[in-house]
Amino acid sequence: MLWKRRITRARNGDIRLRLPDEERELLGGLPGQLRALLRDDPDDPALRRLFPPAYSEHPQNESEYRRLMGDELMERHLSALAVLEETVRTDHLTDEQAHRWLAALNDLRLVLGTRLDVSEEPIGDDVAADPDDPEVAALGLYHYLSWLQEQLVEALSS
Amino acid sequence: MSLAPAEVEVEAEVDEPGTDEAAVPDRPWVVIVWNDPINLMSYVAFVFQKLFGYSKEKAHKLMLDVHHKGKAVVSSGTRERAELDVFRLHEHGLWATMQHDT
Repeated sequence: MLWKRRITRARNGDIRLRLPDEERELLGGLPGQLRALLRDDPDDPALRRLFPPAYSEHPQNESEYRRLMGDELMERHLSALAVLEETVRTDHLTDEQAHRWLAALNDLRLVLGTRLDVSEEPIGDDVAADPDDPEVAALGLYHYLSWLQEQLVEALSS
Repeated sequence: MSLAPAEVEVEAEVDEPGTDEAAVPDRPWVVIVWNDPINLMSYVAFVFQKLFGYSKEKAHKLMLDVHHKGKAVVSSGTRERAELDVFRLHEHGLWATMQHDT
């Protein structure tokens, strides 16, 4: 029962959350951590995937675009995190809220995945998993968030 | 009887050929999504459907193009349109850039 599906489309059309308390606790703490990173260390390379360049080959256009749209993009990231934080204890999400969850989970995965330098290669079983290694814990969290995100995509598509 | 102000607003914008890239109408801007190891394939296809209204089949094919070829053009149009699309893709965490079609 440990890996029972957490997110489904309910009969009344809502998105149903069946999250154990400890997972809600875990998820509820993540937006604050990412918000703190965005506030205190905005140049952290782990954040670069949240603000990709629009004009990769044209620095002048890029700085203009960044000047016009940078704050707005930051605002969207922060608002998705806020929705996740505010609704993490509920059992039902509207589609609108679920879309914000999706964006927030993805942002968290982008930062974690960048930090961990994940690749598309599956991680081999031969890698000895030391439970005290913080990277192993972070990788576990990354895969957990991926698992939730897959369920959310599936629920929203049904 | 007209309520319009007596002074008619004159179009103030002056086209400067050669300096304004948007003034070249026959070369649309294209929006490109690049492959990355973090975004889930199902999520990428879902975002294409959501943002561009593409069918499930078309969104899935575009996602596979990104995955296998490294990138795919997902939309094209005016510079303003492309900037908006890029912004919405960035909002959803996809790695998108825009450039003039060649």
